[in-house]
Amino acid sequence: MTLDELQEIAEREREEAKKITHRVNVSVAAGCLSLHSDQVFKMLQTEVQKRGLDGSCKVKSVGCMGLCAAGPLVRSEPQHTYYRGLPPDSPEVLNAVIDSLDGKPVPEFALSPEIPFFAAQKRIVLENCGEIDPERIEDYIGVGGYEPLLNCIANRSRDDVVQEVIRSGLRGRGGGGYPTGLKWSMVAKASGEQKYAICNADEGDPGAFMDRSVLESDPHRVLEGMAIAAYAVGATKGYIYCRAEYPLAVKRLKVAIRQAERMGLLGKRIGESDFCFEVEVRLGAGAFVCGEETALIASVEGERGVPRPRPPFPAYSGLNNCPTLLNNVETFANIAPIISKGGDWFASIGTGKSKGTKVFALVGDVINSGLIEVPMGIKLRDLVYSLGGGIPGDRKFKAVQTGGPSGGCIPEQFLDMGVDYESLASAGSIMGSGGMIVMDETACMVDVAKFFMDFTRDESCGKCIPCRVGTTQLHGLLERISEGKGQMADLKTLERLGAMVKRTALCGLGQTAPNPVSSTLKYFRDEYVHHIADKTCAQGKCACSKTPAGTAEN
Amino acid sequence: MRRHGYKASALIEVLHTVQESFGFLDDVSLRFVASSLRIPMSKVFGVATYYHFFSMKPPGEHNCVVCMGTGCYVKGAGDLMKMIEEIARVKAGETTPDGKVSIVAARCIGSCSLAPAVVFDGEVIPRAQPGAVRDQLRRWIGHDAG
Repeated sequence: MTLDELQEIAEREREEAKKITHRVNVSVAAGCLSLHSDQVFKMLQTEVQKRGLDGSCKVKSVGCMGLCAAGPLVRSEPQHTYYRGLPPDSPEVLNAVIDSLDGKPVPEFALSPEIPFFAAQKRIVLENCGEIDPERIEDYIGVGGYEPLLNCIANRSRDDVVQEVIRSGLRGRGGGGYPTGLKWSMVAKASGEQKYAICNADEGDPGAFMDRSVLESDPHRVLEGMAIAAYAVGATKGYIYCRAEYPLAVKRLKVAIRQAERMGLLGKRIGESDFCFEVEVRLGAGAFVCGEETALIASVEGERGVPRPRPPFPAYSGLNNCPTLLNNVETFANIAPIISKGGDWFASIGTGKSKGTKVFALVGDVINSGLIEVPMGIKLRDLVYSLGGGIPGDRKFKAVQTGGPSGGCIPEQFLDMGVDYESLASAGSIMGSGGMIVMDETACMVDVAKFFMDFTRDESCGKCIPCRVGTTQLHGLLERISEGKGQMADLKTLERLGAMVKRTALCGLGQTAPNPVSSTLKYFRDEYVHHIADKTCAQGKCACSKTPAGTAEN
Repeated sequence: MRRHGYKASALIEVLHTVQESFGFLDDVSLRFVASSLRIPMSKVFGVATYYHFFSMKPPGEHNCVVCMGTGCYVKGAGDLMKMIEEIARVKAGETTPDGKVSIVAARCIGSCSLAPAVVFDGEVIPRAQPGAVRDQLRRWIGHDAG
């Protein structure tokens, strides 16, 4: 397919869209699906057909709209209204929604798009999520999809594309924050007959689901980003390494790849040029460490997902010892808009060293839990209290945990800090992939630290000793404290051991594993002291509080 | 395996297919995979046991997955798991002796905004309530009420 043919399809789609006067978009991402949004979709569609409105009113299944706490979500245009929590088993309510298409929305379920949760967002990665049907490639083409790719191939040199990404200041969204453009230019310059592009969709971080939503809602966006990257660095084969725990994302990805191949937008001779790029989905099998790039590459090769020391970096010697470009889902999803609107436009959003937007999964003790995309530098307080709608039951805020098992807990005193890579690091946490777990006063920080150490202890691959033994020891110490058997000296040991593991572990998993412990020790030391001195847990979460003090159960 | 061209790099894909077809990986199927892909049995076994997703034990008739991701944990998945273990009288990762129900702790199923999440036979139950979970388990296990 050439650029002209693509634009023809897009034009046709837009013409079709003009005939539609009313739109009802129903979210069919996994969150809403588990609340039976598929039934809502079917019933609304049958009702519209029954009334003979299907010429002017379109009921469409779309991806994630973000506010998962209020699912199943429906958006109705031109009413400019969201509907929350529509009951899938009540034809009366759903009929009323259709009845009111031209009038006022049904008040009990209506939700204004003006509320901060929607209004304070800036959507780049998620711009199509909730707008297009993830299983129809024409929908994606209709909103300008695949045009940047074909445009690059037809009119821009490889180096020009790399330079554009460098100019944008985009940094890796998987957690590390390595400048994407730099990585691309390394792979582009590396010598080798065969090069690979891999998309890291092994979202192992518990409490985060950004990648899942993007893959489920807008899979073509990720594929296009990968294809542009492949063109820029000279890769001809790509893999998407996706968790097996996300069956819906895998299914939609496979559908998307097939559609794109059929249209000549992936596979051989893309855009009728001599550029070829084939993509395959590879399933992960539940190993957190496979998010680390060298471990991921080992897993794609069919080996145990164990990291190896770097250098050599994958950019020079990755998959099958060939130069390999590895980026996260969200990073790739940022590429198409950077190419079409320019790197300077992207760089104008965000803060000094952190450009663009970031998608966060806002979960835990917060009213509006869900998926949000905000400009870098937004204040934590705005995230929790404005977009998040505050904490349920008016309880007191205690901490927000970012970066998953590699991150830390950020206490109240940092609420007015802007969120970007540097400031999170200075507060003892990391940006991570974007999980943001809000905890209120009922959370026990020793328990939280123990939870994460249990996780990393279990997920440690066992290759290097600092991580294998260190995480087990750290967990053991925390266990002792939570059982009310701790001693004051244990706190020192925790700190010393944590620092040692951080310094000496082989890969990112080990180096960051002590973060949850060190950050809680730093900001919530009194809770640890309380567990040791009084042998009780003020929040009633730990074993010591469930039996009389001093006689902790085993 | 033919689909993957009998390449050694397809090992994980093949194991996924085996598990999908038979529910778990047993010795016979692992040996078959090893000889077909021409890789040592030790490596096949190593890979199969390394990843959490692969199970070497036959699954129960029903499957109860409790999400133990951070979002769910903060929302009380730990207590939910304790209750389930008490009702089923087995630990997470085990199957009841009568083979009725397997209890599984998942890392994170990505339904964090609907925490705590429990999955009964592939169907996600958002904001799982202890009462509803207890009822479903009892229906499967067939305990006397109480």
